[in-house]
Amino acid sequence: MRALLIRDLRLAIRAGGGFGLGLAFFLIVVVLVPFAVGPRGDLHSVIAPGILWLGALLACLLSLDRVFALDYEDGSLDLLATAPLPLEALVSLKALAHWLTTGLPLVLAAPALAVLLNLPAAGYAPLLLSLALGTPALSVIGTFGAALTVGVKRGGLLLSLLVLPLYVPTLIFGAEAARRGAERLDYTAPLLMLAGITCGTIALLPFASAAVVRINLR
Amino acid sequence: MASLWEYANPRKFIATSDLVLPWVGGLALICLVVGLVWGFFFTPEDYRQGASVKIIYLHVPAALMAINGWLMMLVASLIWLIRRHHVSALAARAAAPVGAVMTVIALVTGAFWGQPIWGTWWVWDPRLTSFLILLLFYLGYMALWAAIENDDTAADLTSVLCLVGSVFALLSRYAVLFWNQGLHQGASLSLDKKENVDNVFYLPLLVCIAGFVLLFLALVLLRTQTEIRARRMRALLARERMG
Amino acid sequence: MMPDLGKYAVEVLSSYGITMALLVVLVAASLLRARRMRHDLAAVEQRIRRNG
Repeated sequence: MRALLIRDLRLAIRAGGGFGLGLAFFLIVVVLVPFAVGPRGDLHSVIAPGILWLGALLACLLSLDRVFALDYEDGSLDLLATAPLPLEALVSLKALAHWLTTGLPLVLAAPALAVLLNLPAAGYAPLLLSLALGTPALSVIGTFGAALTVGVKRGGLLLSLLVLPLYVPTLIFGAEAARRGAERLDYTAPLLMLAGITCGTIALLPFASAAVVRINLR
Repeated sequence: MASLWEYANPRKFIATSDLVLPWVGGLALICLVVGLVWGFFFTPEDYRQGASVKIIYLHVPAALMAINGWLMMLVASLIWLIRRHHVSALAARAAAPVGAVMTVIALVTGAFWGQPIWGTWWVWDPRLTSFLILLLFYLGYMALWAAIENDDTAADLTSVLCLVGSVFALLSRYAVLFWNQGLHQGASLSLDKKENVDNVFYLPLLVCIAGFVLLFLALVLLRTQTEIRARRMRALLARERMG
Repeated sequence: MMPDLGKYAVEVLSSYGITMALLVVLVAASLLRARRMRHDLAAVEQRIRRNG
């Protein structure tokens, strides 16, 4: 299992895929927002939590089609599916690898980008917390979407259409926690809901993803 | 008494639905015409909302069918996953565009109703937002059906998507409620009489709902027949190419 | 015969108009596709029976 995880991580870094690309995309989104809404600092600090959450979500989405595609094309997914490792564990590992290469860097980069958007000082802790709690859910849900579209050629757009509606609850609770934090309100309720969603998806969705991979490999 | 599962046989399904379809379709037309004419011409104005209340005869039935359409797809998907009846999967596929159109109707009529009463075309109210999300789910579901060539694979994948999507749609509903309390009124049709709209509006509304339900049923039967034929044709053509 | 819709005429009429248009398009598309598919399938079945 550990070997598989290390292999996935290595592939992701060497292929130059998710790792740098997601971060660069996140940076660009955050840089573009002030151009779009005008140079008013007060406005930026109001919308900063939402923009950072949305940027992180889209950056996550960007690298999803690589989760299974490479393994599917060269046939190693068939091999992995017949390995003694249960498929549920395999998809969980894939999600974990995706989170480590995309979600975690995004979480770490978020405070730096928050400076650009004038986030109030009180907002940093809840932003970091909500992103750290929420991005695993994004990776797990995204892995499910990637598993659905693995057999579709040029399925990138379809993948976004399928995954984005599934991201709605995570985004709502995550951004709500970050926003309330920035406004010095109590943010434990949305944060707990977010944690609930993350735990639920991690516990249940790998079964759906594994079932879907099995169907696609049939 | 014949078992319900007999209709899982495509031939039997087509034969039976051919018999039933004209009746259901005709009844749907009658109900719609009666209900809408009654509602449009012969109901009084609401003392607060004026004539805009007439939109209820489109808005409420369409919204009901938008949700029940998805529920029907959920049940059909479950039947396909458990009992592997092709007709069931194809019925789910046939229902999706109908449900999507119902969702659009509910949203559009809602916007036209909200404009004079709330003073805005759109608010990010929980109910409105949930319907928008429901529309996205319908679109994703249909796109997945269209993208996958193998019929059985497509049926399996869309069924799983429908199950997972239902859970997330429900989650979104509560998330949205948490996120914003809305302008939308509560249930207009409940068993508790006191909360209901007045009888003058209620009876034509019931007829309209019956009309929309029957219309949905007729369309799904018709479209399921079409999907069964399309599937059979693809199978025949594939066999021809092989042979 | 036309009921007096007062100041809401535009909203009510356009709601009814758009709904009718959408429903008619949906029904027409379903009917057309049903007819075409019935026809095409019959053609294919006949061809196969003749050849096979």
